[in-house]
Amino acid sequence: MDHIVVVGASAAGLTAADTLRREGFTGTLTMVGDELRPPYDRPPLSKQVLAGEWEPHKATLRQESDVQRLRLQMVLGHRATEVDPAARAITLDGRERIGYDGLIVATGLRPRHLPFGHDLAGVHVLRTLDDTLTLRAELLGGPRVVVIGAGFLGSEIAATARGLGLDVTLVDVETTPLARQIGSDVGELVARTHRDHGVDVRMRRHVTGMTGQNGRVAAVVLDDGSRLAADVVVVAIGSVPATDWLTDSGIPLGDGVLCDPTCKAAPGVYAAGDVANWPHPLVGGRIRLEQRTNATLQAVTAAKNLLSDPDGALPYAPMPFGWTDQYDTKIQIHGWCPPDAHVEVVDGDVRSRTFVALYRTGGRVVGALGWNSPRALLRYRGHIAQHPGA
Amino acid sequence: MKITIDEDKCVGAGQCVLAAAEVFDQRDEDGVVVLLDSAPPQELLADVEDAAARCPALAIEVEK
Ligand SMILES: Cc1cc2nc3c(=O)[nH]c(=O)nc-3n(C[C@H](O)[C@H](O)[C@H](O)COP(=O)(O)OP(=O)(O)OC[C@H]3O[C@@H](n4cnc5c(N)ncnc54)[C@H](O)[C@@H]3O)c2cc1C
Ligand code: SF4
Repeated sequence: MDHIVVVGASAAGLTAADTLRREGFTGTLTMVGDELRPPYDRPPLSKQVLAGEWEPHKATLRQESDVQRLRLQMVLGHRATEVDPAARAITLDGRERIGYDGLIVATGLRPRHLPFGHDLAGVHVLRTLDDTLTLRAELLGGPRVVVIGAGFLGSEIAATARGLGLDVTLVDVETTPLARQIGSDVGELVARTHRDHGVDVRMRRHVTGMTGQNGRVAAVVLDDGSRLAADVVVVAIGSVPATDWLTDSGIPLGDGVLCDPTCKAAPGVYAAGDVANWPHPLVGGRIRLEQRTNATLQAVTAAKNLLSDPDGALPYAPMPFGWTDQYDTKIQIHGWCPPDAHVEVVDGDVRSRTFVALYRTGGRVVGALGWNSPRALLRYRGHIAQHPGA
Repeated sequence: MKITIDEDKCVGAGQCVLAAAEVFDQRDEDGVVVLLDSAPPQELLADVEDAAARCPALAIEVEK
């Protein structure tokens, strides 16, 4: 293998490049990214960077010297628009073709939009560092903020905006924030935490429209007829895998790039990170994870498997781990916390806001959630059965 | 081998503890990493490098 191309210049892409070199790949290594900035990390965006606690450069993933050490040809500000797996070549910006012997797809996600409102000034999504800096600049004007979507991202943005002293409303169709991610038992506690901090939490409400004035957003309209006055709106209603450039390639697509258990999508093509969808051998079904630790661990496996293909490829079967920070609350999750699971607090207690809860489905533990209990939580990781029964 | 930690970046994920419990622990309150041994014996190098690679915040630096 002489030339490996990595598409996507972020957490998963960089880790793949790192791993390829660590595993002794000495050929040409090209990394393509459509953002102009050198690779940076996303978790601090909705937290420290949006809050202004971190200078943007602190989220940079590798220093210039590290990139040089990797002997990485960085092609930034260019989009991969096509791939031809038979000819083993990708196309950049619809023009330039680059051949490859091995390809790693690490293009992540793009934010989902509402069918209305995005043409108005003041309406934002947040995925990139540039999105974050644009939103931050608007928050400095002291606006009234409405956050649509109370998943991890929306809840964090609401907490950060409230931390800046702003008037914040959080809206979602679910019964509680994070209902789909951690169930409504613990989700109710998240709602209470936001209310305690002065956020107007509107659950079980559909957003039906937005009104504007002189091209700028003025209000968010809900299905019960209420109008939430807003100067800034953040739409955080989930994301879709960035697979548009693979549409005509013959590479199997579904909810992401459909890989085999070793993260392989086609001969010489592997995927990793938020964009990768693969059968988890211990789950008994396909999964896709939108978690920072997965971007790293999966990229390590995908890179190793690309080099050892076809004989030595190993299945990728991680125990998922994710976290979210809101106000002074740190929630961490090992495994799965499905909404229909039975939840039991096994360490600490809810009243003191320091606890560990185990999630059971069909009698077995499938996940462990720590609320301000990082150290205690680790002790329960081993309780999680390896068959969440999906 | 010499290890340095950027406490400010650490997100308390505990991935380092899972990879090398001889070298890393976490503070009880906030989970921030505690370095048990900043110059561990060479036979732990692979585990420590694994810890550094797994850390989602890239808070661990290893000098060989
Ligand atoms: C604001 C925010 C906060 C988060 N907080 C947490 C958290 O607290 N905890 C946690 O566990 N996870 C968190 N996550 C999730 C975590 O950041 C992701 O799991 C991780 O970034 C995935 O990395 P990736 O490399 O797979 O994809 P990405 O980081 O999305 O990188 C993909 C890159 O590919 C580029 N790209 C896409 N298409 C093309 C193309 N055709 N050509 C060239 N380049 C392309 C994109 O521009 C992007 O730079 C957060 C995510 C966000 C957005
Ligand atoms: S893995 Fe990294 S972020 Fe997690 S506790 Fe260790 S140093 Fe901190």
